[in-house]
Amino acid sequence: MSARLQPHPKYEVVIGLEVHVHLCTDSKLFSPAPVRYGDPPNHDTHPIDLGLPGVLPVLNRRVVELGVRAALATHCKVHPCSVFARKNYFYPDLPKGYQISQYEDPLATGGWLEVEVSGYDAPVRVGLTRIHIEEDAGKSIHDAAIAGDAGSHVDLNRAGVPLLEIVSEPDLRSPEEAAAYLRKLRELLRWADVSDADMEKGQFRCDANLSLRRHGAPELGTRTELKNLNSFRFVEEALYAEIARQAELLDRGERVVQATMHYDPSRRTTRVMRLKENADDYRYFPDPDLLPLRIAEADIDAVRRALPEVPEERRARFERDYALSEYDARLLTESRALADFYEAAAKASKEPKSVANWMLRDVLAQLKERDSEIDATQLTPAALAKLIALVEGGRVTAASARPLVAVLIEEGGDPEALVRTRGLEAVSDSGLLESAADAAIAAHPDIVAQIRGGDAKGLNFLMGQVMKRTQGKANPKAVREILARKLEA
Amino acid sequence: MPRDRFETALAQRAALDAGRVSSAELVEQSLARAEAAAELGAFVHLQPERARAEARAADARRARGERLSPLDGIPVAIKDLMVQEGEPCTCASRILEGFVAPYQGTAVAKLQAAGAVIVGRTNMDEFAMGSSNEHSIYGVARNPWDPARTPGGSSGGSAAAVAAGIVPIAFGSDTGGSIRQPASHCGVVGMKPSYGRVSRYGLVAFASSLDQIGPFARTASDCALALAAIAGHDPADSTSLLEAVPDYAGALRGDVSGLVIGMPREYFAEGADPAVLARVREAVAELERAGAKTREVSLPHAPYAIAAYYLIATAEASSNLARYDGVRFGRRAQARSLGEMYRRTRSEGFGAEVKRRILLGTYVLSAGYYDAYYRKAMQVRTLLRRDFEQAFRGCDLIATPTAPEVAFRIGEKTADPLKMYLSDIYTVSANLAGIPGLSVPCGFVNGLPVGLQLLGRALDEATLLRVADAYQRCTSWHEQHPEPSWERGG
Amino acid sequence: MRPLPRSEPTASGEVHKARRRYVAAMSRINPAEVERIADLARLELGADEVQRMTAELEAILGYVAALEQLDTTGVEPTFHPILVTTPLRDDVAAPPLDPTRALANAPERSGTAFVVPKVLDEDER
Repeated sequence: MSARLQPHPKYEVVIGLEVHVHLCTDSKLFSPAPVRYGDPPNHDTHPIDLGLPGVLPVLNRRVVELGVRAALATHCKVHPCSVFARKNYFYPDLPKGYQISQYEDPLATGGWLEVEVSGYDAPVRVGLTRIHIEEDAGKSIHDAAIAGDAGSHVDLNRAGVPLLEIVSEPDLRSPEEAAAYLRKLRELLRWADVSDADMEKGQFRCDANLSLRRHGAPELGTRTELKNLNSFRFVEEALYAEIARQAELLDRGERVVQATMHYDPSRRTTRVMRLKENADDYRYFPDPDLLPLRIAEADIDAVRRALPEVPEERRARFERDYALSEYDARLLTESRALADFYEAAAKASKEPKSVANWMLRDVLAQLKERDSEIDATQLTPAALAKLIALVEGGRVTAASARPLVAVLIEEGGDPEALVRTRGLEAVSDSGLLESAADAAIAAHPDIVAQIRGGDAKGLNFLMGQVMKRTQGKANPKAVREILARKLEA
Repeated sequence: MPRDRFETALAQRAALDAGRVSSAELVEQSLARAEAAAELGAFVHLQPERARAEARAADARRARGERLSPLDGIPVAIKDLMVQEGEPCTCASRILEGFVAPYQGTAVAKLQAAGAVIVGRTNMDEFAMGSSNEHSIYGVARNPWDPARTPGGSSGGSAAAVAAGIVPIAFGSDTGGSIRQPASHCGVVGMKPSYGRVSRYGLVAFASSLDQIGPFARTASDCALALAAIAGHDPADSTSLLEAVPDYAGALRGDVSGLVIGMPREYFAEGADPAVLARVREAVAELERAGAKTREVSLPHAPYAIAAYYLIATAEASSNLARYDGVRFGRRAQARSLGEMYRRTRSEGFGAEVKRRILLGTYVLSAGYYDAYYRKAMQVRTLLRRDFEQAFRGCDLIATPTAPEVAFRIGEKTADPLKMYLSDIYTVSANLAGIPGLSVPCGFVNGLPVGLQLLGRALDEATLLRVADAYQRCTSWHEQHPEPSWERGG
Repeated sequence: MRPLPRSEPTASGEVHKARRRYVAAMSRINPAEVERIADLARLELGADEVQRMTAELEAILGYVAALEQLDTTGVEPTFHPILVTTPLRDDVAAPPLDPTRALANAPERSGTAFVVPKVLDEDER
């Protein structure tokens, strides 16, 4: 197991992450108002979301299902009884003056994630302290361009949207690990259809807790909190900035003060937003309007059974059934969409190893270039399988076929039709091939001598020459046969 | 021709069915009496246009031979904390001045579905916090039996409206006795159903685990009708019970033979007005003559009920009232900053009693005190619940005085909040345990009404109504009425 | 200090002894504490209000201190007086409240947004 990254030579970095994720439900957590994005202010509310006098919350059953799913996917223990509690504080985007959350008795505890970090031999296991259900607050817009100078605007569209709060143990030791954890968590939640986790829509928000300590010190240092880091890049940057800030303080013999920090991406620095000298007194107590949430073992089992195949299992199955290497299998199961695509193409093609090669070599490269996801393109598993079949059948050379992957991704279409319209059919006409082979042999007598001398490598060179003379359209199998025959002579 | 103001809803129903009176006439008379009784301070808002329109609709239905329910076309009143769409809802507080509800509360929706005609909204202690209806921005409500005295609280206005013959049925809310105690002081029947029996959606919350909406009427049989109209499961209230609503009216068989009435020794001890205790004992004796049996029971944790109540109720209230912040509705104070706005709005908007309870509740929940106060009170609540469970093993219902004394003078207790809190001494346990309770008039002391409180097993409203009805069949306290001295011109 | 009766109270007069006895041995709340609580609750109290509230809360807390007399070891708290399973609502979106109605009671609005004064102090989060 390779050593973990040490972001700072003198201090060990300890990071814990809290992620708030929007669940993909049609209606809100405690009200039937729709969950939508981008609507004008206060277009998606119900009296319950406005905190009007006399309203009461009623729990959305799908939220429970998705919460359990997320808990099971992260190996948590789902508690058969959890309690909703009120977190009391005043803010204009919090209509009731309290947030309904879970406190002493959360939905789930004690899970973990295996996180692959670039450069590490083996994944890092990151513990999850807890997962709980809570409602989101609305939005307070202070931007003077929108709200003017005198006031702030309050939009309660988001108030009441269901959230899962996922809290990790302070098991992360570097900003890279933190970013990798977030990527893995996000992918897992999307894979399990728990959340779309679109960071631009604010569906996946991250707060980080960071502290430093001397290597080998048993206690944790004082931690600061960085809030609302809304991209993976900012997470890494902000954490590095905070490491630098804390290290400098400690080097000078000063103490780190517990505070909420704000990251300024233009300056790449963190600054104190709010001191946490007195812990906020939220006066948590069980919400009397809601009864304890009881989940039957049978219901947990039903959710477990309905979970899509766990990525690790699918990876193992790919290795087994499709004779893929562990590395290839891991790449192909990086996302559920990719794994689904591969499997469909492999089944259509009956050449799973070829499909794997094409996907890993060509498809993934194209996706990366376009910064696209597999299901956002026009390429279908059937089309890929067909293309591969054309190559295997000698109808077109691999060299001619590879550029078509980009075309299929961009525009879709039928590979066979594409080959035809672009005139890419492999040349199998023996007459053409014979003369091209003769020409190549004649042009390179030294290579011919090497081959006749026992060095087979030269054959590839001659093949390359024939391919050149046929604009890459020569059927490689036929060329090899013809050259071999001629050289024997 | 004006109907007898003290006519029951059942009698009005019979008159309507027989064509002797129209709903329009009944409603008009209610409205007129409400206007004439302005001095009583029972109503804070009348709805003449809407009421007349609903009355006309009820009459049209009756002409077609249709009837939504026994209450169809009958005038009723609701406490000013029951949300009614399109109408103001102030909870007798400055902080809700101007608030008009954009949604319908369930109890009100059910009343409208039953055809009952709401003539207006009644006075109350601010946010239901009080036992005398003296803490209201609209001024005090007065006891029709002696307008120098309070009608009790917090549903003082509803109790007075029924006692004064303005409406046969009114609705209030009961968190620690706010229906039963005013019913006792005003000589009417008042009932707090089992917790969860009536939906709280649309009931402005005071203490969420204690609040219930309930009816006032002059007779148990009217009370049964009223309860039937509002009871039942509501998917919009997560604490609402699924159990079907029994036929309350059908349960009024008039027969109490074989029922065992428990009398808790702790409730008949010294400290209450001995004359009040005497009336209550006489009432129970009357029931014995009618065939019931009595036995002494014990509710040993009774002395701790008020303490537990004031910790739980204020804690929940402090959180429930956080939404009154001037941001989205209600009154907003002038301020230059958000912080100033919150503080000024709430300080100007809430009265002293409400502030006191918010402070106490905030304290009780705050870090370091939660276990000692709030959690402890919840444990005591368990002990109180067990007391009742134990007692109900040996009896079918429990009889006690509703209040330790008769109606007190306006201003008598306002200087000492703790003294005021102790008026609830007999009523709070029922809210803590979630069991139903009602008060039925059982006599007078110095011309002022005394109430007999009956407490029952959870969801056993039928037994309580049956016993109260049987009692009213062999007594005539409920037929005694105050002189309408408050009316202008006589 | 005259404590309330212990956990097995005797029959007569208990309820009304409670009425008369205030457990007032030591101060349970002081003006600074009242101000802290008022701040948490966003209430502004004048100087005499603070004094008065302190005295009143002192009396009430003295009264409720009686609960300390009760042995509640092992007693489960009753947060809800009813025993019902969690009601669940199907995940079906209903048409939202018309924005005009949502804003109808707003003390100040701009378009369909609520308007509030700016946060000037650090104390508002």
